[in-house]
Amino acid sequence: MNKEELKSAITGILPEATFDESGELLNVIVPSSGFLQFMTNLMSKKEFDMNYLYCLTCIDWKDHFMMVYHLLSRNHKHEFVVKVKLENRDQAEIETVCGIWKTAELLEREVFDLFGVTFLHHPDLRRLFLDEDWPGFPLRKDYVDENMIEI
Amino acid sequence: MSLLGEDIVTEDGLFVVNMGPQHPSTHGVLHLKVWLDGETIHKIEPHMGYIHRSIEKMSENLSYRNFIFATSRMDYLAAHINNEACALAVEKGLGIQATPRAKVIRILMGELTRLASHQLWWGCTGLDLGAVSPFFYAFRDREAINDIMEETCGARLTQNYVVPGGVMFDIHPNFQKRTKEAIANFKRNLTDYDKLLTGNVIFENRTKGVGILTKEDAISFGVTGPTARASGLSCDVRKWFPYSGYENVEFDEILATEGDCFARYMCRMAEMRQSVRIIEQLIDNIPEGDFQEKTKAVIKLPKGEFYQRVETPRGELGVFIVSDGAASPYRVKYRSPGFSNLSALSTMAKGGKIGDLVAIMATIDLVIPDIDR
Repeated sequence: MNKEELKSAITGILPEATFDESGELLNVIVPSSGFLQFMTNLMSKKEFDMNYLYCLTCIDWKDHFMMVYHLLSRNHKHEFVVKVKLENRDQAEIETVCGIWKTAELLEREVFDLFGVTFLHHPDLRRLFLDEDWPGFPLRKDYVDENMIEI
Repeated sequence: MSLLGEDIVTEDGLFVVNMGPQHPSTHGVLHLKVWLDGETIHKIEPHMGYIHRSIEKMSENLSYRNFIFATSRMDYLAAHINNEACALAVEKGLGIQATPRAKVIRILMGELTRLASHQLWWGCTGLDLGAVSPFFYAFRDREAINDIMEETCGARLTQNYVVPGGVMFDIHPNFQKRTKEAIANFKRNLTDYDKLLTGNVIFENRTKGVGILTKEDAISFGVTGPTARASGLSCDVRKWFPYSGYENVEFDEILATEGDCFARYMCRMAEMRQSVRIIEQLIDNIPEGDFQEKTKAVIKLPKGEFYQRVETPRGELGVFIVSDGAASPYRVKYRSPGFSNLSALSTMAKGGKIGDLVAIMATIDLVIPDIDR
């Protein structure tokens, strides 16, 4: 499907979705309430068949977090980006997508480790790179490392 | 990450063994916690972070010219291709393209890097599975490529040769001559490679039918590179999303269906032949002209998000740049191939013997700094 067809098909299953076409890839911004059902549909519905999650990350926009999911269909060869805005920075949480794409398990652990986003119903949510007692979340913009030396 | 105070034998009678972080077959500081039922693997849990430097955080404070060179330290066996990925992402943001001459030089250097990386992998695979001599032969051939790199880029491994808009300086006058010599030598030696390892009975018995990864699992775990192609998943970025002019050269995407260690081995061996093919097509056809497009001294990308993917020897490397219009990236995410490939390890090794784990680790070809970043 091309961008226009994708847009109308996505509106068909989730009318609340909004679009951002300024970049190279189509961005779909989704409210966090219907998020898990939407992602399950993208995987199971034959017209989407988004079976390949190749990049999962988070962006810290200082007043909110933005979760970013890059999806590709290996059969239809179309791709787009799903974004979810997390308003509450102190208690950022979102449903896990481990059950849909197995690769998400480690990727979500990385985001939990470095951003402090909690993934609900994740089978094994622990820090990935850093020690369990590491203070703070390094990839947040307000993170201060006391041992860092400015040159 | 503490393992103190944990039982060596679990309640189900499973035996817990720690492999690494200083184990010879992990090719770096990777720590695997393995649950064993007798000699059979029940579960594997990777523990990472021993060499985590947070290159993503460092990049947020570097300029668009400088952050490229931090990536040489990720997958140090494919430093040139990592640099190229970042440079392409910056070029995408600026809306420019490298000059025709620079594009061809980039492909040539990239394929030489791929050859060197696969040669190192071939030698280490032999070493892991009990054959010492492949290591020496592989390093002899790899040395020739490293010398070519040194002559042109000034460095053997961390080349730092790619800049936005082209390459840093023109190729050395000896480049074409020496590359042709090295390729001719290598083609002759490749038959010896096959004789040494491919048809070896011990090697075949240790790799055939071992560590099978199905195509469905390969897709679900986001596996890329030769590891995925050995399971029949077509994913070569050079074919799917061509960059730097790969659409103009002739080469085949290598696919196998078995998905076991031997299929992964054969895929990489065949890929080396394809790399030779690409180099032979281009080495006499480097276009004349500038090696670098003119760019401003301080590069500023427009607001937005840019994703660029390239094919490294291990799979798809993605560079995701978020720009807020300043002179350094607001956020950089590296989608590293080794990270996703490692996540499939537990599924591949489950039900196999602990000796098979060494064969699986060898044929996934992990580079740990690439995973830890």
